[in-house]
Amino acid sequence: MKLLLKIWRQKDASSPGKMVDYPIDGIEGDMSFLEMLDVLNMQLIEKGDEPVVFDHDCREGICGSCSLMINGEPHGPDRLITTCQLHMRKFKDGDTIVIEPFRATAFPVIKDLMVDRSAFDRIQQAGGYISVNTSGNTVDANAIPIEKEAADDSFNAATCIGCGACVAACKNASAMLFTSAKVSQFALLPQGRVEATERVQNMVRQMDLEGFGNCTNTGACEVECPKGISLENIARMNREYLMATAKG
Amino acid sequence: MGILDSKVPSGPLAEKWTQHKNDINLVSPANKRNIDIIVVGTGLAGASAAATLAELGYNVKTFCYQDSPRRAHSIAAQGGINAAKNYQGDGDSPYRLFYDTIKGGDYRSREANVYRLAEESVNIIDQCVAQGVPFAREYGGLLDNRSFGGVLVSRTFYAKGQTGQQLLLGAYAAMNRQINRGKIKSYNRHEMLDLVLVDGKARGIIARNLVTGEIERHGAHAVVLASGGYGNVFFLSTNAMGSNVTAAWRAHRRGAFFANPCFTQIHPTCIPVSGDHQSKLTLMSESLRNDGRIWVPKKLEDAQAIREGKLKPTQLAEEDRDYYLERRYPAFGNLVPRDVASRAAKERCDAGYGVNKTGEAVYLDFASAIQRYGKEKALTSGIKDPDAATITRLGEEVIAAKYGNLFQMYEKIVDENPYKTPMMIYPAVHYTMGGLWVDYNLQTTIPGCYSAGEANFSDHGANRLGASALMQGLADGYFVLPYTIGDYLSNDIRTGPIDTNSEAFDKAEADVRTRMEQLVNNKGTKSVDYFHKKLGKIMWDKCGMSRNEAGLKEAIAEIAKLREEFYTDVLIPGGMDEMNQELEKAGRVADFLELGELFAKDALHRNESCGGHFREEYQTPEGEALRDDKNFTYVAAWEYKGEPKDAVLHKEELTYENIELKTRSYK
Repeated sequence: MKLLLKIWRQKDASSPGKMVDYPIDGIEGDMSFLEMLDVLNMQLIEKGDEPVVFDHDCREGICGSCSLMINGEPHGPDRLITTCQLHMRKFKDGDTIVIEPFRATAFPVIKDLMVDRSAFDRIQQAGGYISVNTSGNTVDANAIPIEKEAADDSFNAATCIGCGACVAACKNASAMLFTSAKVSQFALLPQGRVEATERVQNMVRQMDLEGFGNCTNTGACEVECPKGISLENIARMNREYLMATAKG
Repeated sequence: MGILDSKVPSGPLAEKWTQHKNDINLVSPANKRNIDIIVVGTGLAGASAAATLAELGYNVKTFCYQDSPRRAHSIAAQGGINAAKNYQGDGDSPYRLFYDTIKGGDYRSREANVYRLAEESVNIIDQCVAQGVPFAREYGGLLDNRSFGGVLVSRTFYAKGQTGQQLLLGAYAAMNRQINRGKIKSYNRHEMLDLVLVDGKARGIIARNLVTGEIERHGAHAVVLASGGYGNVFFLSTNAMGSNVTAAWRAHRRGAFFANPCFTQIHPTCIPVSGDHQSKLTLMSESLRNDGRIWVPKKLEDAQAIREGKLKPTQLAEEDRDYYLERRYPAFGNLVPRDVASRAAKERCDAGYGVNKTGEAVYLDFASAIQRYGKEKALTSGIKDPDAATITRLGEEVIAAKYGNLFQMYEKIVDENPYKTPMMIYPAVHYTMGGLWVDYNLQTTIPGCYSAGEANFSDHGANRLGASALMQGLADGYFVLPYTIGDYLSNDIRTGPIDTNSEAFDKAEADVRTRMEQLVNNKGTKSVDYFHKKLGKIMWDKCGMSRNEAGLKEAIAEIAKLREEFYTDVLIPGGMDEMNQELEKAGRVADFLELGELFAKDALHRNESCGGHFREEYQTPEGEALRDDKNFTYVAAWEYKGEPKDAVLHKEELTYENIELKTRSYK
């Protein structure tokens, strides 16, 4: 396959960036999207140019490192996958592919396609845990029976990989889907109910401090989420937050 | 040999750990506040150790190269975590888990460590449930279990195919609680580049801020290396792209012995290589062998027709299929340990029965499980006389509920529907049992330098059983290291803060800078990946699933030559005072180029086959591994002496007081 890549290049956070054209040839359908970028980078290095910087690590869709807006969609055209799981067979010979970083005020660009998503860490530090010591002196695991449905819902929320596609997809750059998934995974379990009030208040406060936008129920986040995190989580978080506020 | 004291406490096996905890020195809460600990790596071992140490009152700094601690590669572990809970009432016990692990490791691990691991395994599950880890449950609300290879009980706890993710998020949450309290400071996008020794003790590290390129000094009273394994020495592995040996190797160069480097796990069920562009390999969880059956065609001509695309696997009649694991190992069948399953796949493919274009793939087939589950589901749903289509649909639903995400992953990569046609799989490098030598307290041969999780060598011998890596990482981090390290730190209560302006730090930083300047200023002609791929090919061809004397000798010479070529011809664009991903990779590959040679040297010296280390010269007439207990019942711990060829061997003799050494049999 022969392709024309249009890639965002930016030296660092303080420099202006621009789109640069890179024609590329010899791309096979079995390559992953990131392997296609590896090919480009190898060519750039051998010419003595600086390779394109992007985040990636596990390359199997679970670490949440990789990002990229590909032709205007976070993680590209396929559904329920991350960029590293996207394969070139989804494109055809002669295509132009526009590759940009995830864009949001709360995700400043570090270099080229790499952004700073540490805001997500700070939201979780504000309360995304159950305050139990790790001493091992807890009750037997089966002393807390949990309804299968609740356990499954909690698990589904907990599969969020924190990639930030929800923020990138949202016209308001809202982090509601991410934050609500993290709130829900604990709110759905009896162990997590004890601190539920404080947790939702602290996490929402931090989310607002980071400069993410508000949710206007467009639902683009759910469509683009590589893990299929449901909008129901946002409804649950709103309910939790309302109840917490009512309690004072 | 005096230096290799394993410090295993005396007394009966089952009482050693309890007794040891009663005997070791403690540090008072007031003094813990004045003690600093560095933890390098934030996977299961590092994150759990950091959280627990901070909770105990120490000041902790964590370091990871990823942009967040939660992205460490433990996150990718799929199938599960073992624990001797005996919730299934199938006769499980800590002793049985201990026994299975020693046997699975082909009698090359330390009894006392493994027993402690089995003992602590039950606490892990309690702990994780208390933290809100959403393990799979049955309809009664209690925890569910599945089986893994090499055992005859169901002791594996799981969260669909994302167990590692859920456990790591649990440990990361525990870390966050301490970050929020100011007890952990987490340095993300940072890489440790050297260990600093002051008066022979580990007192800090030199790290590089990967965003700015700045070189930083960090002092501490002890350093914990939980930086994972070195599978990426093979270039292609199931490890993350960034997984590396650098932290461990830098400590090795400063005096920490490196144990059993040749003990590597090749996992039997990974998605086969598709071409030269391949950057990494993807695992298909061992849990799939609970329900999937592995086979190749019985006849060579069928295999050839399949390779040429003239025949489909689904067209092959039952009697024309060779379920070779069930045939060779009737007792364990498809659930033999990983080393055995991998070698069996290689044997069939080498004999010409491989089923993909390159002849390096076998089938993992779910058709009979789909039928079995479909019939059961129809019965429990009250459907009378279900037709074939209904049974298949119901069966596929059950399989999807169990392994849905793995099937989806497979389909996205291979572009085939594994519900309708069998998966194609082939072995790939997955885990390294070798690593930094540690004593019973998890301390390396450098005082004050500890190692936990995959980075150390301690518990898995020559082959790790499935679902035991998560167990070891969390046992080390939550329940072992935080207590044993106190014994050492009790001597440090009067030391005061570590001064990073000392001569030792000056020198270590200068060493790091010189090394990086050398790489950046080299201006050769070839990229870092060029060398990494070449190294990987040597390793896979000559130090992979089977090894022989001639091949290992060639590997040693070839790697030494490649290392020389690397230093004269590598090309790294950009500078060192900025973000430079090529420079990061170059530092890691430079270390792999040394480790690779030591790996081959270790494999060459071990004149026996055991677990994942299969020397062609040492096998039974049936092609099984042939151990030499008389001469090799020891841990090989290598001391750094400059070039890998000069490394000096130290032995830790392994004594088995509770288990009789036997030939491993899964027949």
